[in-house]
Amino acid sequence: MNEKILKLLSKNARYTVEDLAVMAGLSEAEVKSEIAEMEKDGLIRGYKAVIDWERLDSAKVSAIIELKVEPQPDAGFEQIAEKIKEFGEVESVYLMSGGFDLCVIVKGRTFQEVAMFVARQLAPMQYVISTATHFILRRYKDMDIELIDGKTDDRETMLL
Amino acid sequence: MDYERIINPVVSEIKPSGIRKFFDIAAEMDDIISLGVGEPDFQTPWHIRQAGINALQNGKTRYTANSGLKELREWISKYIEGKLSVKYDPLSEVLVTVGGSEGIDAAVRALVAPDDEVLIVEPSFVCYEPIVRLAGGVPVVIPTKEENNFRLTPDELKSRITPKTKLLVLPYPGNPTGAVMEREDLERIAEVLKETDIMVISDEIYSELTYTGKPHVSLASLDGMQERTVVINGFSKSYSMTGWRLGYALGPAPVIKQMTKIHQFGIMSSPTVSQYAAVEALKNGENDIEAMREEYNTRRRLIVGGFRKLGLECFEPLGAFYAFPCIKSTGLSSEEFCERLLYSKKVALVPGNAFGESGEGYVRASYCYSVEHIKEALKRVGEFLEELKNENKG
Repeated sequence: MNEKILKLLSKNARYTVEDLAVMAGLSEAEVKSEIAEMEKDGLIRGYKAVIDWERLDSAKVSAIIELKVEPQPDAGFEQIAEKIKEFGEVESVYLMSGGFDLCVIVKGRTFQEVAMFVARQLAPMQYVISTATHFILRRYKDMDIELIDGKTDDRETMLL
Repeated sequence: MDYERIINPVVSEIKPSGIRKFFDIAAEMDDIISLGVGEPDFQTPWHIRQAGINALQNGKTRYTANSGLKELREWISKYIEGKLSVKYDPLSEVLVTVGGSEGIDAAVRALVAPDDEVLIVEPSFVCYEPIVRLAGGVPVVIPTKEENNFRLTPDELKSRITPKTKLLVLPYPGNPTGAVMEREDLERIAEVLKETDIMVISDEIYSELTYTGKPHVSLASLDGMQERTVVINGFSKSYSMTGWRLGYALGPAPVIKQMTKIHQFGIMSSPTVSQYAAVEALKNGENDIEAMREEYNTRRRLIVGGFRKLGLECFEPLGAFYAFPCIKSTGLSSEEFCERLLYSKKVALVPGNAFGESGEGYVRASYCYSVEHIKEALKRVGEFLEELKNENKG
């Protein structure tokens, strides 16, 4: 396990082994074997691009669904979470503290599609007590990456 | 009006920074990749900005005490004792200034009488020599060498001391070299100084940015040195607060008293809103420093490793946020190198001789830039070096 490499990869998963080695102060061989090990151990689960879907005409919509769930003896929330994560429409499932139990992020092509998925698939599930759907209207920052353009370097002084 | 006759010749004879013209060219060009700026790219941490906003909302819009908010001086004193193990009385030994620069200016003016000699360690930040001249003093440069890791050696110091020597300006961790002085180095310098009445301005503005794995050692913390030293520090570099214009000077009460007089008549008091923000920085900013230092260190390894891979010798900078690679192998002067790099690859570096003659043969590259930005700059420098090689072959 190497936290330095993890931190760097969490900023940019496309750093080359060469970059990672020099920035973490390790040899390239060490970086390679550390990454391979962390992938094998399941510490690193995957690498994805952060995409600003709103720039596409065929923009996708996402919603955060708050689910209140009746916990099961023995299984608690696990069983239902396991079921929910199987849906292709579901991007993330989290167990939450506070006023509801599961937070489910659902993506779809249209608001209608997402709403119908909730109504037809999630709401009727056994042990689901209630749902509340919140559509995401605009993303300003996703996975630490800003999705707003127009930031320029406004530092003026050269010689300090 | 004949302004040339009217204006004080001491002022008009001070050369404007030699590379001003160079940067005017850079400023006119599009798509410049600059590694020229010596100021953090991080925003001031939000909780510190919020403290500034709160101060405004609460109507903290008047002067403070001349030497600074009492609460701030107390926090500075506490912070310095915790970090550097030196005690300063907040009432008589701390002066809150408009950035570190004002502290340097006030200290020089409080100590230097006409014709006093002031030893200035170079390559270093460009303000020391002009400030000394404005005070009527005589700057005496002590060039440092890469073979000594740009540290000041006792012999170099001794050989410049004369009966007229009043003051030594010791800037570590250093801009532009990134050099640091470790405890043993400082002890050797202290041994020399303790035989004399020479005072020291220890410009420790980069004290939070060291990458040695050990905390910064202040000259004032060494046995017998607190009474001979004015420490300059501030908030600009450690908390990314350059625009707030806030620093401080720490020193023996009789010196701080005279500096406070200069500050009182020239400035009145440092910006009030900034002082409230600085209190918040000292109270709750430790994690911010940690996070920024770690990020700088990552970039430092990237840029130093990058220059070395390109075949440039690069001194290992252990402080501040600059790399200072040697470009002598190219056969170009620092200015030629930077000018040609700027025109052909649109990368802006600062020629080392801008920081004193001993910086000739080097260039300063700031790493106050994102990793992507630094990588692009390195790529272009690589192309430039390749073209130079081919040119020399042909």
